[in-house]
Amino acid sequence: MTLPRVLLAAALAVLLVLPALPSLFGSYAVTVFTLIFFYGFLGQAWNIIGGYAGQLSAGHAAFVGVGAYAAAVLSQDAGLTPWIGMLVGGLLSAALGAVIGYLGFRFGLRGFYFVLLTVAFAELCRLVASNVDAIGGALGYYITFTGNPRHFQFQDSRAYYYIALGFMLLATGVVALIERRRFGMYLTAIREDESACEALGVDTFRVKLLAMVVSSFLTGMGGTFYAFYLFSLQPSTVFGIPLSVEIVIRPIVGGAGTLLGPIVGSFILSPLAELSRAYFAKGGWIGGHLVVYGLLLILVVLFLPQGAYPWLVKLGGGRFLGGGLRPPSDTSPQDGAGKAGARSGPS
Amino acid sequence: MSALLEVRSLSKSFGGLQAVKDLSFDVSEGEIVALIGPNGAGKTTVFALLSGFLEPDAGEIALRGRSIVGLKPHAICALGLARTFQIVRPFPHLSVLRNVMVGALARHPEPREAAARAEAVLVEVGLEARRAQAASGLTLAERKRLELARALATEPAVLLLDEVMAGLNAAETERIVELVLGINRRGVAIVLIEHVMRAVMSLSRRIVVINYGERIAEGVPDAVANDPRVIEAYLGDTAEG
Repeated sequence: MTLPRVLLAAALAVLLVLPALPSLFGSYAVTVFTLIFFYGFLGQAWNIIGGYAGQLSAGHAAFVGVGAYAAAVLSQDAGLTPWIGMLVGGLLSAALGAVIGYLGFRFGLRGFYFVLLTVAFAELCRLVASNVDAIGGALGYYITFTGNPRHFQFQDSRAYYYIALGFMLLATGVVALIERRRFGMYLTAIREDESACEALGVDTFRVKLLAMVVSSFLTGMGGTFYAFYLFSLQPSTVFGIPLSVEIVIRPIVGGAGTLLGPIVGSFILSPLAELSRAYFAKGGWIGGHLVVYGLLLILVVLFLPQGAYPWLVKLGGGRFLGGGLRPPSDTSPQDGAGKAGARSGPS
Repeated sequence: MSALLEVRSLSKSFGGLQAVKDLSFDVSEGEIVALIGPNGAGKTTVFALLSGFLEPDAGEIALRGRSIVGLKPHAICALGLARTFQIVRPFPHLSVLRNVMVGALARHPEPREAAARAEAVLVEVGLEARRAQAASGLTLAERKRLELARALATEPAVLLLDEVMAGLNAAETERIVELVLGINRRGVAIVLIEHVMRAVMSLSRRIVVINYGERIAEGVPDAVANDPRVIEAYLGDTAEG
């Protein structure tokens, strides 16, 4: 058994334990775990376009916001259950993702320019939401509490725990599927060298656009959870740059372009954010947790540029080739370990 | 007769610089053609035009009688024309096998089949021992072979090789020459840009010489080597008489 398999087995064991935890935990721990899962989910959705394809979207809050407003407004004003509104929100976000992707990729915006484009769209959404009175304008949009599961509302906060866990597993399953298919292999290759991909017959525009659409669809679905977990939507928060940063930072810390990176990152950062937020708020240092983020990000960039997950794999003696590429024994379906030149990890 | 690849009156300029001027040549099925000329003659620009990375200002390029002008590089690759880059561009963090798989996936969308195809290509170019290594850890000679392997994995009818021997020692060059001949024997037509004259002479049946983007000579290796215009282009204008 190679190390990644050990890690995978450990991950599976954790997954088996997670559903049982809420019965043991206090409500604060349930909240922290809910946030770990939800941000893990958002990070995983971002990971498709930002991690695997290497197209740094710094405006993913736009998709959360569009999905959140869509599901909330449809539920409150049109009586559509958020369980369906969630798909509508996802589709609207995917449409927005397609527009952003089309503009960015058709005109060859790379690096900082793509980052700026995504931020600009998130800001645009924020301004629109702030100025449309029908959806609450700058004052925000409030959801009436009914506690009815049909309305995606629950009396018991443990329900949110399970839903967030489900979201995270769903997104991770999607990414695991993508990783094994031609689409996923093209994504990692595009991150490495786009022109070389084109020369090798890869329609880079289409592949990147599809990645953007899948990523924004999932993120938009998450908007429903956001709305009905918080019961209020503020344009400056749900479309805000801080949320976009929260989404991006977990996969980067955990290992962008790796299957478990966003989850590892969320397990590191979400509790840290929660605890430091509470701690700094007590001392009147509102926003102090952002300083902690900054420091952590500097440390990660300096010492673990590939993220925590690849580091964990190496720590255990495994080999890790780049983000997104698991050690050689996992790279090819019929890869026999121990062929000439292939040093296999410990068994 | 229609050749496999037909290039007619191809022109491209960058601002005031005419990089390629009214260039025409053909490549027939199974042929090896060398494109030579002094540094800056426009050879690599010609490759970029043929593979769709640049669009010509004027002229026509046809592959199997079908115009490929205006097509994207990936579409041209799908039609059977593959290129290598003069400055090799491996996917540095991916394994050698995965590098070649990306090329193989063009014809074999199923990863399992693409992997099998990539394995076969790695054996052909002699990189099978490096299959699990990150491409960034290869030597220059190995990277050149990887570049070739990836292009080969797309199963082209025409392969454009841009200085795959530059920077290699004599033994390594000899191996690449053998490899290119082997690929050609399987029916793949090859256009190569090369400065290693010994390799050009032993590989190609026909040589097209360009200077300042224009064709100044074309013919069998011996004839071209003795052409006064070619000698002048390489060695400079000789004194009168």
